[in-house]
Amino acid sequence: MQELGKAELNSTRIIRQDDNRVVIEKDLDTEYMVLSMGPQHPSTHGVLRLECITDGEVVVEAEPYLGYLHRCFEKYCEKVDYPGIVPYTDRMDYLAGMNTEMAYCMAVEKMLDIEIPRRVEFIRVIVSELNRIASHLVAIGTYGIDLGAFTPFLFCFRDREHILNLLEWISGARMLYNYIWIGGLSYDVPADFKKRLSEFVTYFKPKTVELQKLLTENEIFVKRTKGIGIMPADVAINYGWSGPMLRGSGVDWDLRRNDPYSVYPELDFKVALPDPKFCDIGDCLARHVVRAIEMEESLKIIEQCLDMMPGVDGFNSRVAIPKKVRPKAGEVYSRAENPRGEVGFYIVSDGKSTKPLRCKARSSCFVNLSAMKDLSRGQLIPDLVAIIGSIDIVLGEVDR
Amino acid sequence: MDNGMEEAGNIMPAAVLESKAAYDIIRGRFGDAVSEFDANPTMPFFEVADASKWVDIALFMRDDARLKFNYMACLSGVDYMEQEQLGIVCNLESIGHYPHRIAVKVKCRREGGSIPSVACVWHTANWHEREAYDMYGMTFEGHPDLRRILCPEDWTGFPLRKDYQVQETYHGIKVPY
Amino acid sequence: MSQSISLNTWSDALSGFNLGWFPLGLVIVAAVPLVFIALYALTYGVYGERKISAFMQDRLGPMEVGPWGLLQTLADILKLLQKEDIVPTAADKFLFVIGPLIMFVGSFLAFVVLPFGPAFIGADLNVGLFYAVGIVALEVVGILASGWGSNNKWALYGAVRSVAQIVSYEIPASIALLCGAMMAGTLSMQQFCVAQSGPYGFMHYYLFSNPIAWLPFLIYFIASLAETNRAPFDIPEAESELVAGFFTEYSGMKFAMFFLAEYGSMFMVSGIISIVFLGGWASPLPNIGSFALNTMTSGPAWGAFWIIMKGFFFIFVQMWLRWTLPRLRVDQLMYLCWKVLTPFAFVAFVLTAVWEIYK
Repeated sequence: MQELGKAELNSTRIIRQDDNRVVIEKDLDTEYMVLSMGPQHPSTHGVLRLECITDGEVVVEAEPYLGYLHRCFEKYCEKVDYPGIVPYTDRMDYLAGMNTEMAYCMAVEKMLDIEIPRRVEFIRVIVSELNRIASHLVAIGTYGIDLGAFTPFLFCFRDREHILNLLEWISGARMLYNYIWIGGLSYDVPADFKKRLSEFVTYFKPKTVELQKLLTENEIFVKRTKGIGIMPADVAINYGWSGPMLRGSGVDWDLRRNDPYSVYPELDFKVALPDPKFCDIGDCLARHVVRAIEMEESLKIIEQCLDMMPGVDGFNSRVAIPKKVRPKAGEVYSRAENPRGEVGFYIVSDGKSTKPLRCKARSSCFVNLSAMKDLSRGQLIPDLVAIIGSIDIVLGEVDR
Repeated sequence: MDNGMEEAGNIMPAAVLESKAAYDIIRGRFGDAVSEFDANPTMPFFEVADASKWVDIALFMRDDARLKFNYMACLSGVDYMEQEQLGIVCNLESIGHYPHRIAVKVKCRREGGSIPSVACVWHTANWHEREAYDMYGMTFEGHPDLRRILCPEDWTGFPLRKDYQVQETYHGIKVPY
Repeated sequence: MSQSISLNTWSDALSGFNLGWFPLGLVIVAAVPLVFIALYALTYGVYGERKISAFMQDRLGPMEVGPWGLLQTLADILKLLQKEDIVPTAADKFLFVIGPLIMFVGSFLAFVVLPFGPAFIGADLNVGLFYAVGIVALEVVGILASGWGSNNKWALYGAVRSVAQIVSYEIPASIALLCGAMMAGTLSMQQFCVAQSGPYGFMHYYLFSNPIAWLPFLIYFIASLAETNRAPFDIPEAESELVAGFFTEYSGMKFAMFFLAEYGSMFMVSGIISIVFLGGWASPLPNIGSFALNTMTSGPAWGAFWIIMKGFFFIFVQMWLRWTLPRLRVDQLMYLCWKVLTPFAFVAFVLTAVWEIYK
C-alpha cells in the first residue's frame, strides 16, 4: 500500500493498494467555522464581539474586538475641568457609578492634598458599598441568565431596585449619580436615610441566603461552572486581574485592605476568598462565589458605617469643596476597589490649567477581559458563555 | 510617616521610601540606563533613559527576588508635546511579596518613535500597549499583535495627541459636528 | 370489555345525533380536541406560562390587554399575523418555509389519538401510542429543515443540537413507554385509560398500582422535557448561547408556528404521560362505600375534565422546572441520556416484564 497523494483541504488521500488498484479515500470533511459572536448577542453583556474559530461545538480560538462603545472618555477629560469629569466617570462603569466617582475624586483630592470631613467619608463608603451590592446583584443575575436560569435574575433586579431607590433618594438619579464631588458630596443624605438604610439591610440579609439556595447551590449550576475557565493565581496576577476575578483565583488581595483608602482601615470585614471544598480555585464558580460573599461583607460594612457615622450637627457636605480645582504640577495614580476590580486614574496636571493634561482611566474590565483569548481556547461554546459571564464585563468601562 | 528621611526639604512618606529602596536596587543593576528617582508623594517614579534596555529592566523588576514587581496596574500613553516626545507610564507593584510600588516612564521620539514592548513580561501590557498605539501612534517593538483596539481599524490619526485634528469624513459620514 | 362497549356506546350515541341533515354529533366528537387545541395552544398555554413565570418571579405578568391580561396572547397573535414575513435572501426558500409547517403539523397530528374523555377522540387507533411517539418525532425533520434552510450559523448549531438531542432521547422515552404498554397489554390510547379506570379511582393508576411504574414514569418525564426542548434541556434554542437556536431567522407567523408547536407538543407529552401512567381520563376519586364518588365523576364530560387537568398539571411542572433550573451543557445532556436514562430504562423494562409475568 502506497500513498500517492494527499489533498490538504478535504483530507482526500489517493492510495495505490498492494494489488495495484488505485483507491481514492475521502475522510469525513471537517472545516473550521468562523462564528462572529456579537456585537449583538444576548450573552456578550453589551457590544463585545468575539470572533470565534470553532470546530463543531469546540472553540479553537476566540478573539475579542472592542471599541463599539468607545466614547472618548480620555479625550473629553482634556477638554473639561476637573469637577466636570465626575459625570463622565459615572458613564464608564454604569453599574457602579458611585465607586468610580469615588476613585476619581480621591485621585484629584490626593493631588490637591485636602482634608475630607469624616462624615463625608462614611457616606461615600456607604453609597459605594451599596453600589457594590447592586452591581454584584446584576453580575450574579445575568450570570444566571447566561446559564439559562432566568428567575434569579429577576430576584436580583427586584432587590437591586431597593438600592437604586435609596441612591435615587440621596442623589436624584438612578444610575448616573454625580453625587460624590471633589472634596465632598453634592448634598448630605436625607434625614431619614439611616432608618431606611437599616430597614433595607434587615430586608436584604435573608435574600442573600435565598439567592444562594436558588443559584449557587443548584446542582446544574455547579456542574456548569465548576472546573470551567480555570485561571491559576500567578497567571491571573500577570494578566493584571483584580477584584473578584483575582480573589477567585485564590489571591488574598483587596485594595480596601492592601492599599487602604477612606475609612476602610477602621472597618472590620473579611476579604472574600473561595472555599476550595466547594469549588476549584480559579474557576467560574469560584468567581461567582466570591461575588456572593462580597455582598454579605458589604452589608457588614454598611452596618458598621451606620453605627460609626458622625452626626449631622453643623455638617456641611460642601465645606471642603475647593472653589477652583487647580492642582499643582505633578502626576498621580490613585485607585479604588470597584465591584469589578481595580479602577485607577492616572492624572497629569501642569499646575496652570484647570483641566488635566492627561487623564487615563485604568479600567478593571478592560484588563480582566484581555485574558479572554487564553481562557477560551479549547472550550465548548456553552462554556465560553459561562466564562464571559463570570468575567462580568461592563462594556462602558471596557471601551470608555 | 514620621520617621521618613529628609530630602530636598521634604519628608518622604513610608510608601515613597519603599519605592526608593526598590529603585536603588534597579539603579545598582542598570546604572545610567535609568534616570534619577523622582520622589514625589503622589506617584514616585523613575525614567528609563535608555529605552533599548526597557525589556531587560522589566524582566529584572519582575523576576528579581528583591523586587518581584509581578503586577502591572496600569500603562498609560502620554504626549509630551513640548519635548517632542511620546511616552508610556507604567504603574507596577508586587502582589503577595512586597508592599512597594513604583512607576516607570519610557519615552520615545514623537514622530515614528518606538518603544520595546513588555507584553511578554506582563500580559497586562498587551492590550494597554495596543491602546497606547491606538491613541498616540508610537509603535511597540516585539508586540505580538499591534493593532488598533478602541478605534476602527481604518481610522486616521491618533486621537489623544495634543495636535490631533479629527478627519473630515469617515466612510462618507461627516465626523466633526 | 364491558367498559369498552359502553365507551363505544357513548361515542356512537353522540355521533349518531344529527341535526336535520347536519351530523352535529360527529362534528362534536371530532371538534372537541380541535377546539381544545385552538383554545389551549393558541392562547392559554402561552398565557399560562407567562402568568406562572410571573408568579414565580415576583411580578404580575401581562395585565393590560383584557382583564388580568387574558387577551394578551390573542393580541400577540394578531401582531405576529400582521408582521412582515421575511425570508432571508440567502436562505433555502423551500426548506425555510416547509420547516415550521412540518413542526406545526407534526405536533398537532399527534392530537388525533389523544382521547379527550371516553367519547371524544379523533381516531382510536390500535397502535395509538406508537403513532403518537412516531408523529411527534416528525418535528426533528422540521427543525433540521428550518435550521439548515435559514443559512445561519446559529440556526445550524441549534438544529444540529436539537436533532441530536431529540433522536437520543427518543430511546429512553420509547422504552419507558414500552413498559407502560406491557402493563396495559395494548397500544391503544383508549384502552390505556380503560385499563386504569375502576371503582377505586387513583388506586388503579399504574403509578400507584404497579411498584415499578415510578421508574419508567420518571424516565419518560425527563426524556419528554428533552424531546420538547424545555428547560433544563432547552439547549437547541439556548437564548444566551445560540441567540434563538434554529428559529433565529424567523419572524411573524412562521415564528408563531414554532411557538405554538412547542406548546402543542408540551400538552401532547403531558397527555401521553398521564394516559400511560396516570389513567388518562379515568377519575382519580375512589368510591367510598356507598358514596360512589368515582361513578359520579366519570362520563364523557368528566373524562375531558380529568385528562385536561392532568395534562395541565404536567405542563405546570414543566414550567415550574423551566423557571427554576439553569440549562445543561450539550455533553452533560448526552451523558444523562446515554449513561443514566437509557440503562435505567432497560432496567425498568426488564423489571416490568418480570412483574407482568409473575404478578
